Amino acid sequence: MPAYTVNGTDYEHDEEGYILDVNNWNEDLAKVIAQEEGLNMTEEHWLVVNFLREYYNEYQIAPAVRVLVKAVKKKFGEEKGSNKYLYELFPYGPAKQACKVAGLPKPTGCV
Amino acid sequence: MADQKFQTPAFREYRDNPAIQIGAMSHSQPFIAKPEHNEPLGFPGELVENWEQKAVEKLGDLLDKNRALRVYLDSCVKCGACTDKCHYFLGTGDPKNMPVARQDLLRSLYRRHFTLAGKIFPGLVGAKDMDKEMLDDWYKYFHQCSQCRRCSVFCPYGIDTAEISMAAREIMDHIGVGQKYSNEILAKVHKIGNNLGLPKPALADTLEGLEEDVEEDTGVAVKFPLDVHGADVLLVTPSADFFAEPHVDGLIGYGKVFHQAGINWTVSSYASEAANFAMFIGSYEQMHKVANRIRKAALDLGVKRIVFGECGHAWRVAYSFLNTLAGPWDFLDPKYPVPQHILEVTNGLIKSGGIKLDAQANDDKVLTFHDSCNVARGSRMGDVEGGQFIIPREVIKASVNKFVEMDPQTTCEKTFCCGGGGGLLTDDLMELRVKGALPRMEALKEVIDNHGVTHMAAICAICKSQFTKVMPYYGFSMDMVVSIHQLVSDAIQLGAKEEL
Repeated sequence: MPAYTVNGTDYEHDEEGYILDVNNWNEDLAKVIAQEEGLNMTEEHWLVVNFLREYYNEYQIAPAVRVLVKAVKKKFGEEKGSNKYLYELFPYGPAKQACKVAGLPKPTGCV
Repeated sequence: MADQKFQTPAFREYRDNPAIQIGAMSHSQPFIAKPEHNEPLGFPGELVENWEQKAVEKLGDLLDKNRALRVYLDSCVKCGACTDKCHYFLGTGDPKNMPVARQDLLRSLYRRHFTLAGKIFPGLVGAKDMDKEMLDDWYKYFHQCSQCRRCSVFCPYGIDTAEISMAAREIMDHIGVGQKYSNEILAKVHKIGNNLGLPKPALADTLEGLEEDVEEDTGVAVKFPLDVHGADVLLVTPSADFFAEPHVDGLIGYGKVFHQAGINWTVSSYASEAANFAMFIGSYEQMHKVANRIRKAALDLGVKRIVFGECGHAWRVAYSFLNTLAGPWDFLDPKYPVPQHILEVTNGLIKSGGIKLDAQANDDKVLTFHDSCNVARGSRMGDVEGGQFIIPREVIKASVNKFVEMDPQTTCEKTFCCGGGGGLLTDDLMELRVKGALPRMEALKEVIDNHGVTHMAAICAICKSQFTKVMPYYGFSMDMVVSIHQLVSDAIQLGAKEEL
């Protein structure tokens, strides 16, 4: 099984780079995943990632895109509260790419 | 992973056939399912021993059960009418994506074992034995068919390549070679109730959030009820409607329509999924199990009607097979069709005056409509022939003043698949998805350039997700894609009826 190596520890991930054990996540690992994804992690990126993790801890699933948009809007203002802005942060899609960095399983289905 | 390793096809000046590129997509295949994806569905975890023989046995079994399959395999005369009708062929130029070539992948095995000529002179009639090369080709090219059935419209014998793809995938599942995307999702449906894996507390939170948003927006307390016993209507909708953009705006539209019409409705957390992915893998047994969740939810909640949200393959399964799979539905109110499409409900209410729309609310938009393949060719809507084409257009025209049709060679029963149907809406097939969208993107570009179209409506969760993802590759903005019920949502007049 392929893995990310961070500070001497291996973190296994699937074919697409989603880590297998959500409990193994830490910020250093997130930085490595983000780097592989070609993302430069800004304050906004971290807000999204942390929000995803909080939501996941409560509901065992990533939040709906709409819920995420609302959270970003609340924190960074009206002009950043859109799905389009989230795509600017995570060009491969806020649900999928942000989940990967946050160590959450990939959302599946018709999404 | 996110970088583009392929070339988006260029728009063709004339709609001529692409130059043949042998093997252009021979590298394309989805991730193979692991034992933990296959076993919950009752399939072997990995490639079984004697798989060559087991594949032939399974084909024999399918031929006994499904006479249409035998007719499709027998009746091709190689006339070539289908060759340039598949969006994946048009977008890739790979000759194995010609529908006839795709059929022949299975037909060659059929001829070898189930026809006299193939048993005696295999080389003369294109009959072949199952081997690793054939299995590899099957896995690749039966996952380059979105089961959209466009080719069957042009086939003089009506051969349905979708049925052949389904059969091949069913055979592969039975020898332990499943597709990760579909099988993982089906296991989630059995465990949690929907494709996303959205548990009840998350669903409740999402629906509450929508109630707050709509009230904040409109001042009207539109409810999005969950697991309400004794509701009249059970709404069964794709779980993407709870999660993704632009899908959720359609769900808000359904809620507003029910609210304004005074219809008492509910969503079920047990049957919180309309899409039946078992159709993609050709498994009757799985299709039956998934469909019966809807029956159980309807009985448990004591509803009188079942209404399906905007979802293409779901509507095909619902309209064409639900009665056989999960009937009889004699406990439902016989005054309504079983099941009913949300567009039938909305259109009926528009006509009867049960809801009022102000199309001026959408005057900033010029709409076109993408017919979803499984609604167009796998089902019908309402009680007149072609209702599945008429009803969505009537609802759009009641919600929007400016509507433009795309090239008639790409609409109604000749519609092109979005490029992501049939279990192919997965990131590991992104190249195929982008290339397969070419014919639809060309037709869209034409109406953008010539008629100023700003938005394209769709009525399928897969179409909406696929277009959102692939349109930027062609230079279009992802937010051009809308649900029909998003248009309804913007145009509907909420409030006391006498004031309207």
